[in-house]
Formats: sequence, C-alpha cells, structure tokens
Amino acid sequence: MSEKKVERRDFLFTASYAVGAVGVGAVIWPLVDQMNPDASVKALASTEVDISSVEPGKSITVLWRGKPVFIKRRTQEEIDEARAVKLEELKHPETDEERAKNPEWLVMLGVCTHLGCVPLNDKGDYNGWFCPCHGSHYDTSGRIRKGPAPTNMEVPRYEFVNSNTIKIG
Amino acid sequence: MSDHEYVPKSKFGKWFNDRLPLLSLASHLTDYPTPKNLNYWWTFGGILTFCLITQIVTGLTLAMHYIAHADLAFESVEHIMRDVNYGWLIRYIHSNGASMFFLAVYIHIFRSLFYGSYKSPREIIWIIGIIIYLLMMAAAFMGYVLPWGQMSFWGATVITNLFSAIPFVGEGIVNWLWGGYSVDNPTLTRFFTLHYLIPFLILGLVVLHIWALHVPGNNNPVGIDIKKPSKDTVPFHPYIVIKDGFALLMFMIVFAFFVFYSPNILGHADNYIEANPMVTPAHIVPEWYLLPFYAILRSVPDKLLGVIAMLSAIFILAALPWLDTSKIRSAVFRPLYKQFYWIIVADVLILGYVGAMPAEGLYLLVARVATAYYFIHFLIILPVLGYKEKTIPVPLSITEPVLGGFPNPSTVKKKESIN
Repeated sequence: MSEKKVERRDFLFTASYAVGAVGVGAVIWPLVDQMNPDASVKALASTEVDISSVEPGKSITVLWRGKPVFIKRRTQEEIDEARAVKLEELKHPETDEERAKNPEWLVMLGVCTHLGCVPLNDKGDYNGWFCPCHGSHYDTSGRIRKGPAPTNMEVPRYEFVNSNTIKIG
Repeated sequence: MSDHEYVPKSKFGKWFNDRLPLLSLASHLTDYPTPKNLNYWWTFGGILTFCLITQIVTGLTLAMHYIAHADLAFESVEHIMRDVNYGWLIRYIHSNGASMFFLAVYIHIFRSLFYGSYKSPREIIWIIGIIIYLLMMAAAFMGYVLPWGQMSFWGATVITNLFSAIPFVGEGIVNWLWGGYSVDNPTLTRFFTLHYLIPFLILGLVVLHIWALHVPGNNNPVGIDIKKPSKDTVPFHPYIVIKDGFALLMFMIVFAFFVFYSPNILGHADNYIEANPMVTPAHIVPEWYLLPFYAILRSVPDKLLGVIAMLSAIFILAALPWLDTSKIRSAVFRPLYKQFYWIIVADVLILGYVGAMPAEGLYLLVARVATAYYFIHFLIILPVLGYKEKTIPVPLSITEPVLGGFPNPSTVKKKESIN
C-alpha cells in the first residue's frame, strides 16, 4: 500500500461517522430501554405477609413482584437435616445458617433456578422441593441437590416487622 | 431476472410496463422453466405460501376480537370461541394452521436434505429458509402465549428463562424481555406486538427465498444442473401450477380434518386453565413441532450447555452446505448417504418422542444417545461421507435415462471434473 496523506476530507469523514453513530445510538437506546421494567412495576417492591396462622411443618406461598415466595415454618427435624449437610456435598455451597437467619422460618423465591417453574413442596429425594418441569431436587433448606438447576433457590431480602409479620423486599 | 425480453401486446400494457415492469415479472413467473421431473415433494413450497397467507388472514381477523391484557386475554379468547360469529372456526384454523405450517416446513426441509437442494449454488436460498424457520418458531412460541392459559404462561416462563443461562448479563436480559420480574402483562403486550410483526417479516423473506430460487432455478430429483429452457424443463404455468394446486387440495383435506374433527388434539388441556403464576402444571411440554429441540435441551445436565446444545442444533443447519462435502446432490445417487438420511429422520422423530416424555430413566438415556447422534451426523458423518462414498454415476440430463441423448454440456464438464 502506498503512503497516503491524511487530508481534511478524511477528518471530515471520520467526524461525520462518529457523530452519526452517536445519533443512531441515542435514538436506539430509548427504543430498547422502554422494554425494561417500568416505574409502576418497580414501585411494587415490597409486600408484608401475616404469618401467624402457619403451623410448624406447613408453608404458605405469596406473590411478590409477580413471583411466588415460599414461607416455610420448618420442624426441628427439617432444620437438623438441613444443618447436618456438609458443604462439600453441595453444588452451590451455602450453609443453612446463611439462608435462614431465624431457623424456624425459611423464606425464599419459589422459583426453580433452572428455567423458572414453581417446585412442589415435600417432594423429591431430599424431603424439600422437587421441580416437576425438569426434575431438580432441593433439600429442606431450598438448596439444589440433584438435577439441572445451577443454584439454590434465591433468598430475597426480608425482615421480621414483628413476630407475626414478614416484610419481603 | 427475465429469461427473455417480454413485450406486452396491448398499447396500454406496453405503456404501463415501460413505467413499472409488473407484466414482465408476471411473464417471468408464468414462463419460469421448471425441471419436468419434479415430484410431489416439490409441491410444499406452494403449500407453505398458502399456510403463511392463511395464518396472516386468520390472525388479522382474530386480532379484531382479541385483547392483549393479562386480565382479559383468556376471557377474550373464550369470547372469540363462543360469541364471535365463526370465531371458533377462525381460531381453530389459526391454531391448527400453525401445526400444518410446521408439518409442511418439515417435509420441505427434509426434501431439501434428501435431494441436496441446499448445495451450491443454492446456499443462500437454504440460509434464508433457515432464518424463516427460526422466525416461524419465534412466532409460534409467542402466539402460544397469547391465550394466557397455564401452558402459555409456563411455556413463556421456561423459554424466556433460557436466556438467564447467559453468564453475568442473563438475568438483566430476562427482566428486559419480561418488562418486569416475572412473565406478566408487559410480556403479553410485547409478545402480541411481535407475533403480529413476524409474519410480515417472513413474507418479505419468502420473496427473497423465491427470488434467490429463480436465479439458479429449481433443483430436481436427479440433482443435476439442467439447461434452461430445454427438453428437460416445462413452463411453470400451467404444468407446475396444476400440480401444486392438486397437492394443495390434498393438504387442505388433512388440514380440514384437524380443524373440524379434532381441533384440540395437537394442543394441551392445561391451556384451557387460566394462567396462574403460583402453580406450575405437572408436565410442561412445548408444542409438538419444538419437541426435538426440547429433548436436546433436557438431555444435557448443565443449564448453560443445554441451551447451547439446543441452539447449536438449529444453527448447525445453516452451515450444512459446507458440512456436506459431497459434490453429488441427490441421495438417489448416494447409496450410503441415503441410509444415513433415513437414520437422521428416525433420530429426529425419536428426539421428538422423548421430548414429550418425562426426562428420566430410559427416556433420558435415549434422548442423550439421539442428541449425540444428531451432532455426529452433521459434524462427522456428512463431512467424511463426501470423501469416502462411492456414488452411482448421474445421468447427463433428465431426459437421457429415458430417451437417450441430449447430453447437457455443463453436466458433462462437471462429470469430467469429478472423475
């Protein structure tokens, strides 16, 4: 290739393309971003749940941000079973203490981390949950033990407002 | 594009054609030289055009009554079924029409695989076809969500969650697709918009597909290049038009059987239960035409790799013209390929069957073997076969084996270069 002198015209071309690219980007971004969760969806950030009627060993399911949340009042055996598991046995290592600050209450998104189905309670090989869609088994702490799901069921941010009420979100 | 100079007879026709050569186009389409040995497997292009137009017409009329809102969609579909004049008929034609569309497209694709229609110089036709097929799957998936039944909702949840397998940005992409933190009203309205758009994109691609076809002309069962026009060709009209029309009538009998006698047999009863984000149906299965890919997805025990395997199974088809190294197009002259062809047909059918069954035990094992074979066929068998296979000599022209003579110079040259 022969030596080519940079001319005024080259500068003008480059500058025009650059400004054009910025303009196209500025037009496309609003068209893309309008699909993201809108203000009204984001506004529904938290839900308060009355848990006074939940018996030990039972669980309730509430809707938060359109997703089911499991609130399980665990029995002592279930807690012991969850805490006896060694971390090496887990695909996604998390201790039960990290997942359930108050051991009696397990609060987590009832959404299988594989492809988003709702797992069934008291089913599966680990006495926890079983996802009917593609066969993931979760233990009594909602941790993935067997099947295609990559991670444990997610624990959302929540707090006990008082002994009978949980605020999720 | 035109093979000869067309001059309209009337003065007005000539005046018009000089300004917009529509009459030249019509003349090209009617006189278009077509191989005279095309069999009934070649009639599915016309059948598919019919399917597309049927879906667009019934879809437009359904959209006059359907309401794309999470609270009203399910009810509005029942309203179409019970109150709207002939609403049941239009909806059943549309929902079964999707299945008929896929039935026809699978026959069309497997015809291409058998006769090597994807090979040079028809690669672009083939790739446009694969894009149409992908768009068809997207349209069908989104259309299935619109009635907002249980299968709609959970099908949408599972398929959109496939994107969550992408590392780092997966969750952001899924929330962007949903317009929220779960499948909900924003998801429904955008799916309706896209479902409405895609058929028109397909229509545009069909025009390109046919345009690209008219450059080299049709492949044929013998798979040789032919001289056009010659003793090997017949004009598209009336010969092919009549043959396509007859095949279309036969196809419409099958279509009508489903619409009038078993309109729900290809659907799932769960979709007549309104969407409930709290309960997943016990057994989620996609529509029958997506089952082979679903089986591939489930046969891989890792989430990300499963998604990659499923997408590769589709995209690998786009590379087929280069994966198949054989210079002979038609399987008629490829004794080994012919056998592998039927094995891959069986393999896809098996994948479809296990895709509908629960992913456990023997079904899972079969799914894994069939998935492995699917990739072996395209990535190993086809490239190697092109070099190893001893093919049967191809005739010099379509007419030659019957009448003798009329060798086609370009074929003779090609044969010499192969030997």
